[in-house]
Amino acid sequence: MSKKSVRFKVVDLIYICMMILPAVIGIVLKILTTPKTEGISITGAQIYLSYPFPVQDLVITSAQVNSWLVMISITGLCLYLTHGLKTRDILKRQHFAEWIVEKVNGLVGQSMGEYFKGYAPFIAAIIGLSAFSSLITLIGLYPPTSDLNIVAGWAIITFVLITYYKMKCGPLYYIKSLTSPVLLTPLNVIGEIATPVSMAFRHYGNVLSGTVISVLVAAGLQGLSNIVFGNLPGFLGEFPFLQIGIPAVLSVYFDIFSGCLQAYIFAMLTMMYVSDGFPLEEYMKKKSLKRKSKNSAMEVN
Amino acid sequence: MELAIGIILGACALGAGTAMIAGIGPGIGEGNAVAKACEAIGRQPECKSEVTSTMLMGCAIAETTGLYALVVAILLIFVAPEMFVEILKNAVK
Repeated sequence: MSKKSVRFKVVDLIYICMMILPAVIGIVLKILTTPKTEGISITGAQIYLSYPFPVQDLVITSAQVNSWLVMISITGLCLYLTHGLKTRDILKRQHFAEWIVEKVNGLVGQSMGEYFKGYAPFIAAIIGLSAFSSLITLIGLYPPTSDLNIVAGWAIITFVLITYYKMKCGPLYYIKSLTSPVLLTPLNVIGEIATPVSMAFRHYGNVLSGTVISVLVAAGLQGLSNIVFGNLPGFLGEFPFLQIGIPAVLSVYFDIFSGCLQAYIFAMLTMMYVSDGFPLEEYMKKKSLKRKSKNSAMEVN
Repeated sequence: MELAIGIILGACALGAGTAMIAGIGPGIGEGNAVAKACEAIGRQPECKSEVTSTMLMGCAIAETTGLYALVVAILLIFVAPEMFVEILKNAVK
């Protein structure tokens, strides 16, 4: 195997910095802006900046900043993994990148069908962004997914996609599918709107409930250790021994397992709703009809 | 005034607790789903991965009602008291 050139190494270093620096920036920002509190504190996202605006103040919160940091970090990761692609004696990272691409292609092909094959990058982006946004709690930052605004934004993207594919056979067909039994029209409309709402609430509620329960358990353990070890002299009496290690068990479930599972579920639901909403047979029929009429028109000419 | 604020806080806490009764439904539903999935895997171990992913999807959808209740409870605990106390203070003025 040929040795890597200096230029290759320098570019690698830049990409690694692009991965790690956002995390450092996030930690520094958190240390600088978090106010000192005592006891239990369950708060929403920190507000960094706020501009006056007619209806509501435009605010930049830690959730937004963290989600941008995650995006930069993932971009760095992708650039690092795809740096130096070769056809023979490939690097280890290329194996990994190919494995990811194959997995996502398989997943999308299996659950969306042939027509939606081009959706693999979008789905992979959703999974990666959501998973890393939840896993960011492991380095102590505020997870963007426990803010409703961020997740609602993703759900709106999905909603736009669903509606676009439902309207592909023309708006008339879409309206017809909404009013198929005329009496059920209001229910159909509500069901249409409920899709993004339930997707957003599902993701947000799962991550937020993990955060709240973790904070409550940590506070409870502090109280318990005060009762059990409170009689020890001096520093030993104040130190919360029970807080060592026990909250980490919860973190394995709530941060790692639940975060990754929610990312998977969000992506699966996106795929399912988009491919279910698209009337493929109708569309193909229409397309072939159009082609036929075009051909016949050409024959007449 | 203090009595009114006390009633508001107590009612918010009671409401949050009552809302979480909805947690019973998803618990039973997900338990059923997982039990059936275990049965299916026991009968046909070769389709384990497919059954597992379908079960996780079903669990996620069954969880929705519980999560609505959770969101309502969290709003009642963290958002509603301040809002109602504000409204009360404005009304007293």
